[in-house]
Amino acid sequence: MGQVGMKKKFKLEDLDCANCAAKMEEAIKKIEGVNDASVSFMTQKMTVDADDDRFDAIMKEVAAVCAKVEPDCRILM
Amino acid sequence: MTKKQKKMLIRILTAFVLFAVLMVCEHAELIYGTESGWFWLAAYLIPYLVVGYDIIGKAARNIRNGQIFDENFLMMIATFGAFGVREYSEAVAVMLFYQVGELFQGYAVGKSRQSISAMMDICPEYANLEEDGVLTQTDPDDVAVGSTIVIRPGERIPLDGVVTEGESFIDTAALTGESVPRKAGVGDAVISGCVNGSGTLKVRTTKEFEDSTVAKILELVENASSRKAKVENFITRFAKYYTPVVTICAAVLAVVPPLLLKESFIPWIETACTFLVISCPCALVISVPLGFFGGIGAASKLGVLVKGSNFLEAVAGTTTIVFDKTGTLTKGEFKVTKILPEGCGEEELLALAALGESYSNHPIASSIREAYENRTASGRGQAAGVHSRVADVKELAGHGISARIDGRSVLLGNEKLMQENGIAYRPCTAAGTVVYAACEGAYAGCIVISDTVKEGAKEAIAQMKRVGVKKCVMLTGDRREAAAQVADELGIDEVCAELLPGDKVAQVEKLLDAQGAKERLAFVGDGINDAPVLTRADIGIAMGSMGSDAAIEAADVVLMDDDVRKIASVVKISRKTLAIVRQNIVFALGVKALILVLAALHLTNMWGGVFADVGVSVIAILNSMRALRTKQ
Repeated sequence: MGQVGMKKKFKLEDLDCANCAAKMEEAIKKIEGVNDASVSFMTQKMTVDADDDRFDAIMKEVAAVCAKVEPDCRILM
Repeated sequence: MTKKQKKMLIRILTAFVLFAVLMVCEHAELIYGTESGWFWLAAYLIPYLVVGYDIIGKAARNIRNGQIFDENFLMMIATFGAFGVREYSEAVAVMLFYQVGELFQGYAVGKSRQSISAMMDICPEYANLEEDGVLTQTDPDDVAVGSTIVIRPGERIPLDGVVTEGESFIDTAALTGESVPRKAGVGDAVISGCVNGSGTLKVRTTKEFEDSTVAKILELVENASSRKAKVENFITRFAKYYTPVVTICAAVLAVVPPLLLKESFIPWIETACTFLVISCPCALVISVPLGFFGGIGAASKLGVLVKGSNFLEAVAGTTTIVFDKTGTLTKGEFKVTKILPEGCGEEELLALAALGESYSNHPIASSIREAYENRTASGRGQAAGVHSRVADVKELAGHGISARIDGRSVLLGNEKLMQENGIAYRPCTAAGTVVYAACEGAYAGCIVISDTVKEGAKEAIAQMKRVGVKKCVMLTGDRREAAAQVADELGIDEVCAELLPGDKVAQVEKLLDAQGAKERLAFVGDGINDAPVLTRADIGIAMGSMGSDAAIEAADVVLMDDDVRKIASVVKISRKTLAIVRQNIVFALGVKALILVLAALHLTNMWGGVFADVGVSVIAILNSMRALRTKQ
């Protein structure tokens, strides 16, 4: 606790399946340091709330997890 | 269509032609000497790979990543199975139709996403920043507070601000759904997201882009789909179990019955493949959120922001609506209508009240001050001298004010205040809010202030009743008489008057306890002092243009143009949305269950499976898109 969270929004490209969006969301939430995450299939956007000081490192993990679930989908950073 | 979709279409068409040619050849026996199955296997593999190579590729990649219950993998197994039992044409057809369905699905979802975002197309792209007489096109993000921007006719207002030059009519339809343009001249505030009419305006910005109305609204709308409805969560949970269960059933069916019944494996493998084709929960996973998204879109078309699918879901169950009176059902424009002095002159009483209320920003206080300034000679230009005459001002919540004016102790407030201080007042029954005044312990008279009922408030209540709201309750801090009169006029069922600010929460809690498990309570308020109530109610509905930022933050639903009539429309939209979602769930699960049973009994083949998968998805998506359409 006491960690400062930072919330950031990312656009997703070629997120084609709703089930994958749900899977991605779940996988991202499991990454250490991520407080909350949501992947919206409808708006093709992802919101990540994670520890501020490790944000970039966490985002790398997020990208890796997303690539595992849906290789077509790209995160625009 | 996107590039990707066009490419897919070409692949599908090519595969379809190849497939048709092969089918004709096979059935017309045009090619001789091909009794060997290997020839046909090789031949059918061509269209199969043309249309499905990416599925195989993705499946392979996903297995490496440990994602086995993925639709690509399941499709691969199902079609490989069909090849295995020598149903070559069926294997190709399944893959072909699966891809057609996927393409259509992607197209339909893209279309509805587009039409929703078009509706939300309120984001300004640039601002014409004026610096030293020079105009530059700037990103609204980079414009500082207090800058001057120029808005030409037809342009979107990029930032909130105040008009400093020019006059125009402003089209607020994108924000409020109101089609009549609003006039704006020097000194008027304009909100970002609206479209300028025919005149050029110079505006001094009052907010940064981040805090401007348009940015806030966009954020609300974008976040709306992340607050999921119960139904959505149910579908997500369901999807997690559904696929593995159906897959395991498929595996069992492929092996157990033929061993037990000592039958051939082939028909049972076909059944198992059909199971695999049906095992994707896509129809539900896409159509349910799409339906909610459409419903939220439809509401925003009317100028009502719903902050999440969960709230849209809750609105449908609304049976009790609780209103805050002032600012919600009434205009909140108070005017002094009667001055009834006792033992002093009219002017003296008004002066006393105006001075006593000089520090309060309550609407009643400002109307008394206004009356004082407008009606009396001494009131004009009085503002400057106030501070030296008034001291020890205390606001007594729910009661009124005590102060020292010119050294005399003065009480201003409601009957409770008079009673508690043992003042012999004369009760006034005039409709409206009565402010009693006492000076040095003696009653000095009262001032009656009335509020006017909002246009359409009566109609709004009647409409809500028509859409199934059982009880309309009005809460107010006002006197019983004034409240009862308004309630009668509007057709409100229940009134709780003379409430202290804290009582409102308690009242709402009482009502919440009294209602059934499926019933929902909505609270409608303008947000002045009622943010806690907005939060406590099942659904908090706030006034967008009059309400405070805090209220908009605390509320779940925001009426952009403060029109209470829209509540009934939102209830209708939410019911329709929920109906569509339920239809989709029942339809999709029904068809899937039916085909699963038929397949287990060998009464259908893989074609049935393809229909239960992509066919159902497409129908459910088309149904969901209905949620977007609204009747006013």
